[in-house]
Amino acid sequence: MANTTVNPTRMELTRLKNKLITARRGHKLLKDKRDELMRQFLELVRENKELRERVEAGISQSNKNFALARSAMSEEAVRVAFMSPKQEVQLSIDTKNVMSVDIPVFSYETRTSDANDIYSYGFAFTSSDLDDAVKSLSDLLPEMLKLAESEKACQLMAAEIEKTRRRVNALEHVLIPQMEQNIKFITMKLDENERSSQIRLMKVKDMMLEEAHHYKEKEAAANA
Amino acid sequence: MYRIAVVGDWDSIYGFSALGLDTFRVTPDKADEAGKILRNLAEGDYAVIYITEQMAALLSHEIEYYRTQPKPAIILIPGISGNTGEGLAAVKKSVEQAVGSDIIFGGE
Repeated sequence: MANTTVNPTRMELTRLKNKLITARRGHKLLKDKRDELMRQFLELVRENKELRERVEAGISQSNKNFALARSAMSEEAVRVAFMSPKQEVQLSIDTKNVMSVDIPVFSYETRTSDANDIYSYGFAFTSSDLDDAVKSLSDLLPEMLKLAESEKACQLMAAEIEKTRRRVNALEHVLIPQMEQNIKFITMKLDENERSSQIRLMKVKDMMLEEAHHYKEKEAAANA
Repeated sequence: MYRIAVVGDWDSIYGFSALGLDTFRVTPDKADEAGKILRNLAEGDYAVIYITEQMAALLSHEIEYYRTQPKPAIILIPGISGNTGEGLAAVKKSVEQAVGSDIIFGGE
């Protein structure tokens, strides 16, 4: 539907035409962006799904191990064993720009480089099942961090895809058709104006010729 | 430098403290308190927060808010009482948000 508030002037027409060109280019770019984002997102989300399944399986396994360890120890003993952890994990975040989405890349470092520093207790008063349980969880940590990374990336990219898709649709189905309609309206109006002034000129010319040569009087005289 | 937090009931999370992650013990009957802890962690210097699925179910509003923030990443993990499938549902939700319909999980 043509917007009735549009001014049917040449200046407005030029402005609208330029705007339409920009909108078309923007639409094409956004569409490309959406397609590429979608491709990367699908890759990432498949990876995310596999990682999650692995991590969930790993955690439930180590939960079982912990339950086993708990069965041989009292709660107090377990609490004491985990009271002062030896290891500490520091995380640093880098960001990677994927189609204007900043996705995080985690890298971590532990306070001590010795992998065996995960046991925060003496071995005398704890069951060996506890060692296994802690070890299984520790082996899982790199995967858990990777999961965090890819899951966050998926969430951010999903939001960006949604936004981009809306923009593409708004341009494609609302803005561009509206502008085309307006341009058509202005062209029609201008053409109409031109025709009417042309006709007016022809009329005036006729009247002036009549005044100069008196065709009608001559014709009447000839007929008489 | 950022740190990693684990939130949940004690039985599910105590093992993580040995690895050097910071554990925060919350119980499901104190959802308000858990929400406060989660917010504090998210505003603080924790970049990754692992939360048990049982607790996450009570804090869905908070977790939803942090979904679109660049930091922290809130990741659901199964607790001691088993896997509720909430974690995979979160992935599925991302797919639905992006694609419009779920094409990865095939309506599992």
